[in-house]
Amino acid sequence: MPRRQTDLPLAAVVLALSVGAGLAAGAIMKSSPKRPPDSAPGRTARRSSFGDYQIAGRTVTIKAPRSRIYEMWRNPDHLTDFMEGLAAVQVSGDDVTWVVDTPDGHLAVETRLVEQRENEALAWRSVEGAEIEIEAKVRLRDAPAGRGTEVEAHIAWIPQAGIVGQWAARLRGADPKIRGKQELKRLKMLLETGEIATSTNRKAD
Amino acid sequence: MRALTWHGKHDVRVDTVPDPQIVNPRDAIIEITATAICGSDLHLYDSVIPGLAPGDILGHEFMGRVVETGPKSTLKKGDRVVVPFTISCGACFFCTQGQFSACDNSNPVEKQEASELLYGHPMSGLFGYSHMTGGYPGGQAEYVRVPFSDVGPIVIPEGPSDEDVLFLSDILPTGWMAAENCDIQPGDSVAVWGCGPVGLFAIQSALLMGAGQVIAIDHYPHRLELARGLGAKVIDFKQTHVLEALMEMTGGIGPDAVIDAVGMESHGFAPDALMDALKQRVGIGADNVHALRMALMAVRKGGRVSIPGVYGGLADKFPIGALMEKGLQIRTGQTHVQKYTRELLQRILEGEIDTTFLISHRLSLEDAPTGYKNFHGKQDEWTKVVLTPGAASRPAGGN
Repeated sequence: MPRRQTDLPLAAVVLALSVGAGLAAGAIMKSSPKRPPDSAPGRTARRSSFGDYQIAGRTVTIKAPRSRIYEMWRNPDHLTDFMEGLAAVQVSGDDVTWVVDTPDGHLAVETRLVEQRENEALAWRSVEGAEIEIEAKVRLRDAPAGRGTEVEAHIAWIPQAGIVGQWAARLRGADPKIRGKQELKRLKMLLETGEIATSTNRKAD
Repeated sequence: MRALTWHGKHDVRVDTVPDPQIVNPRDAIIEITATAICGSDLHLYDSVIPGLAPGDILGHEFMGRVVETGPKSTLKKGDRVVVPFTISCGACFFCTQGQFSACDNSNPVEKQEASELLYGHPMSGLFGYSHMTGGYPGGQAEYVRVPFSDVGPIVIPEGPSDEDVLFLSDILPTGWMAAENCDIQPGDSVAVWGCGPVGLFAIQSALLMGAGQVIAIDHYPHRLELARGLGAKVIDFKQTHVLEALMEMTGGIGPDAVIDAVGMESHGFAPDALMDALKQRVGIGADNVHALRMALMAVRKGGRVSIPGVYGGLADKFPIGALMEKGLQIRTGQTHVQKYTRELLQRILEGEIDTTFLISHRLSLEDAPTGYKNFHGKQDEWTKVVLTPGAASRPAGGN
């Protein structure tokens, strides 16, 4: 067998021999360009933040044509039909104000439509002076083998109250990652079955 | 209405609770005429399945008459229906594949988190079971709300009695699917652990599917007698070394397929079973997998393993080596009831399948707690309990 070549710079190997293993491992990692680019979306990365931004996102496959799902997002005032965390949506041209339920009451987020590709993608970004800095995007792709449409929704935002605020929100069930996932599942239920499943035995009084 | 409600371990009561209403467009309300206590109700009774809340209405084997329909229901008032225990939308990817118990859309969104955490994915909604499967109020009651009533319930023609068709709701399709999962070839030997209702129906189904011999394993004399009556050979594990006997009864090869119709509350005094029972009792979450261990050891090389028995969590000392080295195939799952109801109803109407032999006791709904106590404590004689709600004891009742 031919002798295996090493790409490690000599200095790193020398360092590995001369100092503790932890430090040496760090040096080897940094100097190794061998890790291939990852195919997974950034929001599944082990790191929890991207600069100042938090990100959350989810993909669901919905048995419905792209055009139907696109229309729902293009006219977002109907999103309150299934989004439990959304109190109201005000649309004025490309300006959309999302009134979101939070444990501390309503939060109004003013955004503008910044990307619009028919039956493919929509994105909104918070306007200057908005209460929270955020960008939200919905992308639609045909699912394989006639399974419908892959709906990918993600948001990036700068958390208002830092890490403590995020954990507090999580404990109160307001974690955007869980809420976003649940809203997408409700959309799927509505489009696939015409209703949103509930185990309650009686109508709300 | 009156309903059997769960209040804690070994504590079920008949309470007066609000009547159900139509909530969603595809709902129907059924007036229950007959309902049964299932072996998996005993897992709830024993508190080994997590996710129940005091006051939950139990029961997932039931039938009755339609008394109210939502605007999108395809049922008509007065229709006599058996309702599958699995709640399925009929439209999602899984339902269209016939995998109804994997329905994406019937388990309420806010109830899915726990099973996503425990199983990786949420499963379909089920009647009268854990909140991990939706916490839908069950059918041991006078009335029940049936979601997606255009997909699940099967309309029963006049003629057969309630008892003739009631078990289409769960245990007959479950036994049938257990046998189907064995991929039975003509002449195959099939060994079945557990001669409870599902095991007995699996025996019946396996013989109908062409098994050469079915060998039933249990320790309750009456249940073994029922198995023998269906045409099975029987092994009493208290009298006989099961693994040795199975080898001897299959020409030294081992059964071609095995069915674990016992599930997570296996009996027996082998050390592994006692350890599992202890861990289950102190709540550190291990399922008792004694029967499944035995089945994996017994099955022939390259054989098929079917698991209709219910498990809910994790297993210790699982013979993964036997599974891999012997090249076994495992098929399992909550039953895709809607896939089987039509064919099985036909077989009942033609007299090919009889399910009534199983019923040992008939009680009113009011006596349901006694039914639970005895079905749990006297498993030999109490093989199946059918309950009749008060509202159904009026002349409209089917039997």
